[in-house]
Amino acid sequence: MKSFKNHISLVIALVSILFSLQIFTIVDRSIDAYKENLAKNYSLVIVSQKTVQNKDMLNKIKELASIEELSPDSVIQKLNTGISQKNIELLKVTLPKFYKFKLKKYPTPAKLEKIKKLLLQYPYITKVETFSNTHDTTYKLLLLFKNVISVLAVLILLVTILLIFKELRIWQFKHYERMNIMGLFGAPTWLRSAVLFRLSIVDAFIAFGISFVVFSYFSSSIWIAEQFENIGISVVVFDKIYDSLLMLGVSIVVSILLASFIVLGHKEEV
Amino acid sequence: MDKVIIAENLSLAYSKDETIINKANFSIDSGSFVFITGASGSGKSTLLKSLYGSLKPIEGSLVVGGVELRGVANAKLNFLRKHLGIVFQDYKLVKEWTIEKNIMLPLIINGYEKSIIQSQVDSLLKHVRLKHQSGKYPLELSGGEQQRVAMARALAHNPILILADEPTGNLDDYSSQLIWNLLEGANEQLKTTVIVVTHHIPEAMKIEYKHYHIEFGDIHEVI
Ligand SMILES: Nc1ncnc2c1ncn2[C@@H]1O[C@H](COP(=O)(O)OP(=O)(O)OP(=O)(O)O)[C@@H](O)[C@H]1O
Ligand SMILES: [Mg+2]
Repeated sequence: MKSFKNHISLVIALVSILFSLQIFTIVDRSIDAYKENLAKNYSLVIVSQKTVQNKDMLNKIKELASIEELSPDSVIQKLNTGISQKNIELLKVTLPKFYKFKLKKYPTPAKLEKIKKLLLQYPYITKVETFSNTHDTTYKLLLLFKNVISVLAVLILLVTILLIFKELRIWQFKHYERMNIMGLFGAPTWLRSAVLFRLSIVDAFIAFGISFVVFSYFSSSIWIAEQFENIGISVVVFDKIYDSLLMLGVSIVVSILLASFIVLGHKEEV
Repeated sequence: MDKVIIAENLSLAYSKDETIINKANFSIDSGSFVFITGASGSGKSTLLKSLYGSLKPIEGSLVVGGVELRGVANAKLNFLRKHLGIVFQDYKLVKEWTIEKNIMLPLIINGYEKSIIQSQVDSLLKHVRLKHQSGKYPLELSGGEQQRVAMARALAHNPILILADEPTGNLDDYSSQLIWNLLEGANEQLKTTVIVVTHHIPEAMKIEYKHYHIEFGDIHEVI
């Protein structure tokens, strides 16, 4: 019971740090996945007097993913009342060409503006339609969502830091006497603080273990998978290797920092 | 004869406006047995604190075991402290350790082997008559018993200098005699220098000793 109490408060603080970190990661991934999704459905329409050299264009403008010529047939079909076949052929030649440009990533409004300028530098490109109004709204919505989540994550972090500082004082008080006495008998710093570092590393592993189990459960949860499916994206909730290593690293670094603060702040009483 | 302690113009203070020891001069021969007396509040514990480097001199010089303690570096102080055996007036036992572990502390710090540590601790526990209590924690012992644990800890690593602050303050005549015998034994057999703060110098001292008295911030020998 006593040793349980020794561990619980630091473990809680560490777990809450790891949770906010992982949730932030998940949101970040969802937004990226959503952006990709948007990029897939988003395209620019270009009007050109000449056939566009696909390879050239793709090389010059790195943001482009693909170029697709829009066939004018459907437009011509509509005009197809009383026009002779010969005239239609003529029309086909004189009519400008229409292209659909797809982008690799969903662009920021600034980037979109840049791409548009680049395209208009070609003398034969007469018009670039970016559908910027709809684009702007979607983009702003996405940013808002990300900002709200970031603010939340920062708030959780602040609360956790407060928790950790409170814990720091308790630890300082609890370990002070023993460290002081060991120092009076000439124990070097590493020996005086060995218990402290052992405790904090054990706590780091416990906190990591708890977070690992919880997020492993989440990542296999059908309900959560359904939520992502509903907005048409698939997200890695918990990468058992990459995310695990990150969590373990953060957990150990934070608890070792905490222990170091105590060791560095230790002063012998007179 | 070698000097284990040399104090020149030594002044000690906790704050600028009140010096406890004022420009004292004294030296202590290696291998001697010294009693320090003085009224309550005269500065006996303060002097001991300066000898183990907790309280740095504000003036003058203080050399203990060849180490100048005024402005001493941590590593050097740790080195000196490894060779001191201190009995504190308030014992300073580690509450979360058994008394056995408490006695082991200086042996662990000095890097002794496990088997040597165990046999040394066993024999010390026997000497201070606490063998049957070895697994208990300090707060489960009486004041006098805790004092004996502190004594055993101070002797554990055969220090070159023992500093004991009223080591019999809480003990009955029988236990007091036990402590005096241990200190005399260390002094006689191991040539350990012993400095003891006390209010009563025992009448039945079998060995030669010196007596210093602290009064009005000064330390002088009583002959
Ligand atoms: N940590 C401290 N901070 C400030 N002043 C202190 C401190 N410790 C002791 N003093 C003051 O220093 C003076 C000497 O104290 P010291 O403990 O050396 O007395 P002592 O001779 O050991 O007395 P006693 O026989 O009662 O143990 C006292 O006036 C005391 O108030
Ligand atoms: Mg005292």
